[in-house]
This record gives sequence, structure tokens and C-alpha cells, in this order.
Amino acid sequence: MVTHEEGGAHAHHPPTGFIRKYIFSVDHKVIGIQYFLLALFSVFVGMALSLFMRIHLAWPDANVPFFKDGIITPEQYLALMTMHGTIMVFMVLTTAPQSGFGNYFLPIQIGAADMAFPVLNMLSFWVTFVSLVVMLAAFSVTAGAPISGWTAYAPLSALGEIAGPGQGTGQTLWVIGLAIFCLAALLSALNFITTTIDLRARGLSLLRMPLTCWTWFVTAILSLLAFGVLLAAGILLLLDRVAGTSFFIPGGLILSDKAVNHAGGSPLLWQHLFWFFGHPEVYIAILPGMGVASHLLSTFARKPVFGYRAMVYAVCAIGFLGFMVWGHHMFMSGMSPYSALAFSMLTMSIGVPSAIKTFNWLGTLWGGKIQFRSPMLFALGFVSLFVTGGVTGLFLAQPAVDIALHDTPFVVAHFHIIMGVAAIFGIFAGTYFWFPKMFGRMMSEPLGKIHFWFTFIGVYLIFMPMHFQGLVGQPRRISDFTNYDFLAPLMPMQKFVSIAAIATIAVQLLFLINFLYSLKWGKKAEMNPWRATTLEWTVPSPPPHDNFGGHVPVVYRGPYEFSVPGMTEDYLPQHLAPEKMAKS
Amino acid sequence: MPTAVIGNIEIKQGGRDGWPPPPPDGGDDGSRGPGGDAATVSRRAYFTGLTLALGGILMFFMALTSAYIVRKGLGENWQAIALPRLLWLNTAVLLASSATIEIARRKLARAATGAFHTWWWVTTTLGVAFLVGQVVAWREMVDRGIYLAGSPASSFFYVLTASHGLHLLGGIVFLFYVAFRAWSRSSISQGTAAELAAVYWHFMDGLWVFLLLLVSLGQ
Amino acid sequence: MLRKRPLAGSTTVAVTLSLLLVVFTVITFWLFWTRRWWFPESITAIGREIDAQFMRTLIITGIVFVASQLALAWVVFRYRDQGQRASNSHGNNTMEVLWTAATAILFVGLGVYAQRSWAEVHFRGAKPDAVQIEAQGQQFKWYFRYPGPDGKFGRTGTKFVDDSSGNFFGVDSDDPDGKDDLTTPIIAVPVNREVQLTLRSKDVIHSFTVRELRVKQDAVPGMRIPIHFTAEKSGRYEVACVELCGMNHHQMRSFLLVFDDVGYQNWLREQAAFSAQ
Repeated sequence: MVTHEEGGAHAHHPPTGFIRKYIFSVDHKVIGIQYFLLALFSVFVGMALSLFMRIHLAWPDANVPFFKDGIITPEQYLALMTMHGTIMVFMVLTTAPQSGFGNYFLPIQIGAADMAFPVLNMLSFWVTFVSLVVMLAAFSVTAGAPISGWTAYAPLSALGEIAGPGQGTGQTLWVIGLAIFCLAALLSALNFITTTIDLRARGLSLLRMPLTCWTWFVTAILSLLAFGVLLAAGILLLLDRVAGTSFFIPGGLILSDKAVNHAGGSPLLWQHLFWFFGHPEVYIAILPGMGVASHLLSTFARKPVFGYRAMVYAVCAIGFLGFMVWGHHMFMSGMSPYSALAFSMLTMSIGVPSAIKTFNWLGTLWGGKIQFRSPMLFALGFVSLFVTGGVTGLFLAQPAVDIALHDTPFVVAHFHIIMGVAAIFGIFAGTYFWFPKMFGRMMSEPLGKIHFWFTFIGVYLIFMPMHFQGLVGQPRRISDFTNYDFLAPLMPMQKFVSIAAIATIAVQLLFLINFLYSLKWGKKAEMNPWRATTLEWTVPSPPPHDNFGGHVPVVYRGPYEFSVPGMTEDYLPQHLAPEKMAKS
Repeated sequence: MPTAVIGNIEIKQGGRDGWPPPPPDGGDDGSRGPGGDAATVSRRAYFTGLTLALGGILMFFMALTSAYIVRKGLGENWQAIALPRLLWLNTAVLLASSATIEIARRKLARAATGAFHTWWWVTTTLGVAFLVGQVVAWREMVDRGIYLAGSPASSFFYVLTASHGLHLLGGIVFLFYVAFRAWSRSSISQGTAAELAAVYWHFMDGLWVFLLLLVSLGQ
Repeated sequence: MLRKRPLAGSTTVAVTLSLLLVVFTVITFWLFWTRRWWFPESITAIGREIDAQFMRTLIITGIVFVASQLALAWVVFRYRDQGQRASNSHGNNTMEVLWTAATAILFVGLGVYAQRSWAEVHFRGAKPDAVQIEAQGQQFKWYFRYPGPDGKFGRTGTKFVDDSSGNFFGVDSDDPDGKDDLTTPIIAVPVNREVQLTLRSKDVIHSFTVRELRVKQDAVPGMRIPIHFTAEKSGRYEVACVELCGMNHHQMRSFLLVFDDVGYQNWLREQAAFSAQ
């Protein structure tokens, strides 16, 4: 029975020709891999930038290759920092977990032949690609990349060249690149949501969806509602920079002894708009990783998810509350202290659904039969990292305590452990798990394990000391420590962190080697090597163009039926009709 | 022939790795999704997609709106700008185009394709007329010395109207697309496409009224 | 077929991971316990309250952290694949309700308790007889202004700013109130007296902080933001800028000097004499 493809004049047969197959493909699987590769490229760029940062901080006098006279100047350091954050947050954490894996596996896990709007999907990727190119172009202009941080607070980001090096063309390119990214994100989000609502197979009710699908769904809703706001903010910032408006620039400013010809703007307005987007953004970064963790913990412990419904509610609660807490980034900003109070209480509340998820992950493992393959190791690591990174949020959520910790590496440790490590572990877990399905081969298990051990230890060695740097009172975003006496005792620690960073970054090459080698020479994978229950494991590796070979799947049960009593097998795939189940 | 062994039951699966799977035997009428055939699902998906797109667009304008309200509320040196009367005429033109797009859509639903095309052209013309009117209104303001960078009030005015105008331009492109694309080769009908365009158009209409009231009230 | 024998080496992995988690937890606990790298001693009463709230939070989060990591270590070890059959449990609603309620009470309670310190910092203004000082951030230095013996600040305006002659604040020379205003690159305050410090910025956002005071506040251009504090111990303390303000953000150090009353008056006189030259 041949089904009509949704989404326009989509041919029943797969595309031919290299361009239609691999470049301008409308196949969600190809697009997912394209996003994944974009993220893979970007993460190595982002890591290189942070490598230079850490070398500079620990050994300021060292001769650094690629830099003029071997020196990293203060403005270059800040440019490295700005682009590191921007590229990692947008081009890695917002792409791979959602548009990478989500694009590839959402349609298959819900039994669809493709996304709702395949052409829009292709557009989303290429617009993202353009935004990356524009962003990276900031490095190549004479005055360099912007130095205002990924947060680009006005007026520093709005005043143009007079505010500092990189604040001219570099910052403008940054804003334009970001605006383009917003458009791509909005298009992608609406595709994900429509697909989840309208294209589920028969029998796949919302509460039978894998938790990966739930997180992709809620993440897409967050994206849809948040990126429009960032786009608006970016346009206003761009106008301040090039059209002489003053949305964010107040009057009476003097820079380098010259009066600035702007008036009537509010720097806090930028912060409100940016963080209204920025807070949901960090949940966009972490939610898919939570979905992968839930999915993998269940699969590799051979046990249903503990409290599936509670997990769904928790994901929805996190998404919903995530829109109400943005002010916790602004406790010191001069914002009304009464608003700060409200934001604080809401932020403390958002710890509750996060805690529920942690308890349920532990509950999933309890009474299980844990198999320690690479995907599972990274999922277990995710849980540990999420706890560590999550609890430090409780300090920062209290404005009075934030007085001591704001703008210190305590904050840097918090968001790196959650985003820069836990979320990345979610990506690694997903990669090791789904690689067989995407490419028909297994990744090397020994290499995967080595990658896990060294990375797990390494990231804790890098980021745990930063908490203590924060307690001591070290400021953030400073390119050198010699100007404050109280920082001198921390120099050995700075070196320790940098050495750990160099080692951990080096270990990631193992992952890259494993990935590339296995593409060609990995052991051939069976259709369902992990003995998992969801629909993607019922199709060949890699799946045919329309995923299910013209056959329409029907789903009979929830996604995590493992170790069902009375069955011969310890897993019950979703698609298996009751009469076909073998009982022992 | 490879087989799968699940428990004690051998199932002949055919092909390599049990692929392709055998045709479903009974109980599967081949329908996909929470009810309906492929064409129905497709139609519904487009409406879902459009609703979501409007949600995203709404958030964009809400960001600008809240920025406007906050800035205005700050008090200091907020100089309201005098709005050209032409804007009200433009509004009437846009409202009229909403009426005509409705007429066109209904004509198409009754298969009166000739009448549909006529009213569709009227709508398009009115839409273009609106945009032209907006540009004329801008020129008038510039002549009176009200520029983009002049004051917070004028900056917001230009940003709000330009953003709306751009989105309406997108709507006009959509109108052309509905008129000229070969709908027989699509999974949705021209009638559905016209409905989608109409929803978008009405939204832009309502948004314009909202924005105009926002900038003109409390003058 | 259901695999009866577990994967080779799975006990090794389980034990290693468990041990790793335990070791990590113990080291982290120990580092916080010994306070080897810690806040400097607080020299204000509000600072001590903030420190107390930090400790409360540390104890609660510490318990949650240790319990969670050790629980993870335990389940990883105890439920490693040894050929057993896993349970088919889908969860436990009673547990869900219990731990949700417990977490909510704990977290929200902690948050409510924290508001007391915040209220002390920001809900009440400075006392009317507080010492008045202004702080201005600019790229890349802090300057401070004292109202002088008349106790009144002179009018300022952008057009009067002249860094080369030391008029960083742009004091209007026609305003008699400003004649005795004193501008200094470091800030001095009398011990045990409340100070109201009003933050300003000339260009971009800066942020004023003194660690020992447990004071931190952004200086936003276009805004005048008052904060208050009472230093209880004489000494010299470093002032830092903690909001990225441009390429030399790292150089914006200044000093806070806390004197007894006599020392404070002497300092003011010395500074006035110095700038008169």
C-alpha cells in the first residue's frame, strides 16, 4: 500500500543525483546528519577557542601559535570568549540535540515517513549554515570579532567601534548572524511541533511517545516562543548600531572623551529581552539530553522508565516555568528588587521538576539489569553531572547569595557543568546509541569506554575548581589575573584547570577518530543491536528513504516495556501486535 | 529465507534482516495518524503549521510591544509623535482587503473560479495599496522631520510599521503563490491554500489594528 | 534470546564507575569542608547574614548532592547485570508525591528564608544620616565623589566632563554646591557608620564590588543606583569591576579604605589638599 507523502509534490521514489540526495535533500535523515556535522565542526571550533583562552589564562607569557607576535591581547581574549560562548550555545547545543537527533529520529519514532514540511526542513538547515558563515566571518574583519560576550549587553554592544576593538563590523556581523539563526530556529520549531501533533502513527498516543519525542516537542515549543523575542531584540540592537536609534543607549554618555550622540534608551531593556529568550534557551539546550538520558537508562537497565507520566509532567513544567525565571540573570542589574524576589521564588520552584526527574532516573536504575555500554555510560554520567550542575543553581537563585557569586566562575562552573558537559554527554550518548541506526555500523566499544572515562574525570577536574574561584571572588571575563592581589593565590589552580582542559580536549579526538573510522570500518550493525523497543529499531540501518518501506506502523503499547513478566524476551517492541508476542 | 525467532514462534520475515516486513494482516487499514487519510492529515498539518507560525510571529511583535510599553512607561523625555491621518485610510484599505479575501475564498469553495480570481486580485491590489500607503505615510513623516533615529517614539513607530509591512509583503507573495501554483500536483487543494492565506491575512489585519491602537492611544 | 550471562567485564565497569562517583563525592565534600579556598572574612553585618544563608544552602544542597551521587554509585553497583531479571515496575505514585512535596518544601522554604537578607540590602534605603558618596565607572577606572564639608553634591552635566583636568564627574563649575566636591580614584569610608554609595556610569555597564563587604551592584549608564553598607573593620580592601565593560575590564581595580573617624577626616583633608594643587 503506497502512501501519499505529505508536504507538497514529494515523489514516492527517493531522489537521485548527488545534489538532491546529499546537499539539498528534503529527507529528514540527511538533514539531521547535516545538522549533526555542522555541530561537530562547531564544537571543535568552540573547543579550540576555549583552549586558547585557557592557555592564555594559565601562561600569559607563553608564545601562542596563530596569534600575532605569539601574544593574545586582552581584546583577543575577550573575542575568543565571546565567540566560544556564541558558537557553543547556538551552533552546538541548539543544533545537535534538537535539529540533529530530533530531525533524524522524531519522525521514525512516531512512525512517520518524514517531517511535516520537508522543504521547510531543508531551508532551516541551510539558513542555519548561512548564519554560521556570517558569524565566523566576524573573525576575519580587521578589528576582529566582538568582545561583548555571548550576552552582548548594551551599551557596550550597541555603541559601535568607540566602545572597543571588535565592536564595529565584528559585532554587526555577530548580530546579523544571530538574527539569521533565529529565523532558522523558528522554521525548524514549527516543523517539529506540527510533526508531533499531526503525524503520529496509529496507536501512538502522546502518552505512548518515547521521552525523547516529548523533549523534542517541548523544546520546539520553547524555541517557537523564544526565538522571536531574540530576533526582535537583535533587530533593535542592529538599528542602534547602524541607524542611529537609541533603544538601548541612554543619553549623556562619554566614550574616550567624546560625547555620544544617542539618547533615550534603556540598557536594562536589552537584558530583559535577551534573557526572556536566554533562559528558555538553556532549557532548549538541556531538555533533549534529558530525553536521551531517560530513554537510554531505561533501555540499558532493561526496565521501564520510573514514573513515565511524572517525567512528562516534569518536562512540561520545566518548559513552562522556564519562561518565568529570566530575571535571575539580572539580580545585580539595577532591576526592581521586588521583581527579583518574584523571579527568585519561581527559580527555586523550577528545581522541583528537575529533582523529580533525577529521582526518577535513579528509580529507573533501581531493580534494573544494567548493561554498561558506551551510550549507557554517558547517560549515567549525565545524571551525575546534572545533579552537580543543578544544585549550584540553588545558590544563584537566591539574590542575596548571588551578591557574593554573581559574575564569578561559580556561575561559569554552574552553566558549564549543565550545558557544556551534561548536555554534551547527552549528545555523546545519543551518538553512540544511534550511530548503528544512522550508519549501519557500530562504533568501537573500547574506544567509547576510554572516551567516557577520561572525559568524565576530565570535566570534573576542569569545572569543580571553578566553584572555589567563585567563592574567593574572582571576577568573570577577565583576560589576566595580575591586577588583583587576591587572585595571586589562585594561580596554581588556574594552571591545574588549564592542564585538565588541554587533556580533556585532546581526548575528544578519540571520539572524532572513533566516529570517522566506524563510518567506514565499524562492525556491521544488526537491525536492533541494543534490543530496544521504539520504532526506529524496526527499520533497516540506515532506514530507506521513506523510513518504513511503504508499510505503515501501528503501535500497541508504551515505549519502555522491558522485562515484562511472562515473556520470553526482556523487551517488548512498541509495534509488536499482541498476538505475536511470545510468552514463556 | 531469514527468519526471526521471537520466543518459540518462528516468523518468516522475508528479505534481509526481516526487511521489508510482510504486509499487515488484518486490523490495519493503513490509515496513518490520529485518524484520517493522508490528504486529511496533510491539510490539518498545514493549519497546525500556520497556527504555530502565527504564534512565533506574535511573540516577535509582543517583544516589540512590551519594549514599547516599558520605554514609554519610563517617562523621561517621551515625546509622542503626530501620526499622519493617512494611516487611518490605509487601515480601511486593509480591512476592506480582509473582506474581499473572505469573499474570494468562499467563491472558490463554491467552485466559482472566475469570481475567485477576480476577488483574489482585488485583495492583492488592496494589499499593495496598503503598503504603498504606508510608504507614503513614512515620506510624509520624514517631511515633517520625524525620522527613525529622531526619538524613542518615532523609532518604535518605524520599527513596528516596517516589521508589519514586511510580514504583509510576505502575505502578498503568498497570495501570488496561491493564484499561480499548480495545485493539482500538491497534497492540498487550492481551496485549502486559499483558506490558509486568508487566516494569515486576517491575522496581519488584526495585528495592524492592534499596532495602530498601541501607538495612537494615549497621545 | 534473553541473555543469561552478563557482558564480560561489566562488573569491572560497574565497580570502577561506582568508585569514581564515591571518590568524586568525597573529594568535593572534603574541599568544601576544609574551606581551603573560601570567601574572605565578612566585615559587615549583612555580609555575615549572607554567609549564614550560603551555609544553610550549602548544607541542604550538600546533602542532596552527596545523597544523589552515592545513590547513583549504589544502584550502578548493586544492579549491574549479573544475569538477573530486571523488575517491570513502572514507578510508585506515593514516592512521587512524597519526594515532590519534600523537594518543594525544601527549595521554596530555602528561597523564602533567603528573602530576609535581600530585604535588608534593597528594600530599605540608607539611613538619613548616612555618609554620602558617589561612585562612577568608566572605561577603565573607578572614580569617587565626596560632597565636601557642605554635604551637598554639585550639579553634573555631560558637557562639563573633562578627564584631562580631573573633572571626571562633569561637575558644573557654576554651581556653588560643587565647589567643595572631592573626586578621588579610591574610596574611603569611616568605620561603623552607614555609607550610601550611589553608582553611576559614564559609558557602558560596570559593576562595583568589594568582596569583604559582600556588596555588589551594577553601575548602569543613565541610572543612579544607591546602595548602602556599614563597614565594621578598618583596613584596605580591593574594589573590582564585575561586569564586562570592554578590553581593559580586567584593569578596573580600585581600593576601599576603612578608617576610624579621625583617620577618615584626615584622609578627606589630605585628598582635598592634594587636588587643590
